[in-house]
Amino acid sequence: MIDELLRPFQYEFFRNGLAVATLAGALCGTVGVYVVLKGMSYIGHGLAHAIFGGFAASALLGVSFVLGAGAWGVASALMINGVARRRVIGADAAIGVITTASFAFGLALVSLFGTTGQSFDAALFGSILGVSGGDVALVAAVAAATGGLIFVRFRALLFTTFDPEVADVSGVDTARIDALLMVALAGSILATMQVLGVTLVAATLVIPPTVARMLTNSFSRMLVLSTGVGAACGFVGMSLSYHLDVQSGPAIVLVGATVFAGTFAITGAPGRRRAGGIGARIGARRPGG
Amino acid sequence: MSAKCASDLVRLSGATCRYGEQAVLVDVDLAVAPRDFIGVVGPSGSGKTTLLKAMMGTVGLAAGTAQRRPGLRVAYVPQVETVDWSFPITVDECVLMARPGRRVPWTSRAERGEAALLLERLGLEGLGGRHIRELSGGQQQRVFIARALLREPELLLLDEPTSGVDVRLRHEVLHLLDDLNATGLAIVITTHDLNGIAAHLPRVICLNRMVIGAGRPHDVLTPAVLERTYGATMDVLDHAGMPVIVDGFHHHPRAGAEHPIEGRMAT
Repeated sequence: MIDELLRPFQYEFFRNGLAVATLAGALCGTVGVYVVLKGMSYIGHGLAHAIFGGFAASALLGVSFVLGAGAWGVASALMINGVARRRVIGADAAIGVITTASFAFGLALVSLFGTTGQSFDAALFGSILGVSGGDVALVAAVAAATGGLIFVRFRALLFTTFDPEVADVSGVDTARIDALLMVALAGSILATMQVLGVTLVAATLVIPPTVARMLTNSFSRMLVLSTGVGAACGFVGMSLSYHLDVQSGPAIVLVGATVFAGTFAITGAPGRRRAGGIGARIGARRPGG
Repeated sequence: MSAKCASDLVRLSGATCRYGEQAVLVDVDLAVAPRDFIGVVGPSGSGKTTLLKAMMGTVGLAAGTAQRRPGLRVAYVPQVETVDWSFPITVDECVLMARPGRRVPWTSRAERGEAALLLERLGLEGLGGRHIRELSGGQQQRVFIARALLREPELLLLDEPTSGVDVRLRHEVLHLLDDLNATGLAIVITTHDLNGIAAHLPRVICLNRMVIGAGRPHDVLTPAVLERTYGATMDVLDHAGMPVIVDGFHHHPRAGAEHPIEGRMAT
């Protein structure tokens, strides 16, 4: 039994995949706390689709996927942030318009010119087969940068997420903090797409924070718990993906969904109450009130 | 309006704000000096919150100027209705998030001590580990006042601090603000409560998009100013030298015909 569990570790692709899945789970679990509490859960789903446009364009032009899709993702994230902050239209509408247009652009490119190099099935649903040492380094670098950002700007991020207007008055550069968070989010999605795919990335941003919220009323503890749950789901999901011979993305997401269901059942009414209002932001302030 | 003075903390001159085509503040002049304690009253949608935002500089002016003394420390306590009560945050986390400067996530012993002293001063000792939703209305209000005070502000702006609280809690908040003002803190609050709050303050501004009246409550809370501010008839009685505002609705020809009343307290 133990031998069977350890057997895949002799393959480099599995070790790389496991490292990426665990790091990516932790990374998305951390960033997801801010995303979910800001009431922008949909942004993970949207940005992953937006990055697909960059993925298609970079594959077509033969440029680095990391550079092409990364730049595309960051640009989309900053555009959404800018539109939402100026309140030209609501955040959800901004996400919907910008990311679906980008996804449609990617699909149009594929239809017109076909694909070269990159596997679009892997981009859509995730695969551990193509995970290289370079991919592990990329995820590790994004995780280190994001962790560093949260470490040095912890209070400013918390203040901006909880009460942006008062944070602004209190000397926090909320525009910069929001922009940094968007860049971290785009980086996290880019780094995670390889194993999870466009269609399932959002789950790793939403499930771990929701599970953590059911377990605690403290922001700091939620951040730690969500990171741990994300990492554990990535590790277990990737292992199951090998043993059950299913794609890595669905395996990781189904493990997360099982953890969610278990936590939901165990924490009972208090847990449900805590998670009940998650992401339900307060109403827009009344002009002139 | 006070005379122009170099020591003013904030000075609005001809301030006009618009949301789209709608003018919310029109040509407002206002100066806040150190130790001022000002109440802003007016009906819903009269621009009270926007006035505070104009003072803070978080809303753009369509016309006029807003000058803040360089380096001024302003703290803002929002309406409790605008707080996300489902957010996972304890009292300690809420208060300490406003502490500037520190570059590591955890709090120092000195910071924890400072926060504990402040919470004790506001009657919140022992509640640091509680979620903010688990507190009473008055305690919740004081948590946000504590968060504001941790920044050691020179000017404290409060938006409807007594909205939705009972008489005892209203007194609690008013006494707390009075004590803070006595220590030298300048305070501006918006309120709907004419008798419970505004009449007790040293200075009141009646606002309905523009300043209708400003000065001591006894001089400003008059039937003429109140009618222009609220668009409704109100009587003003004198009680031990303090104005008491009474709803003038009973003057309507049909009102009180069958059940005569002397008047109702305006809110």
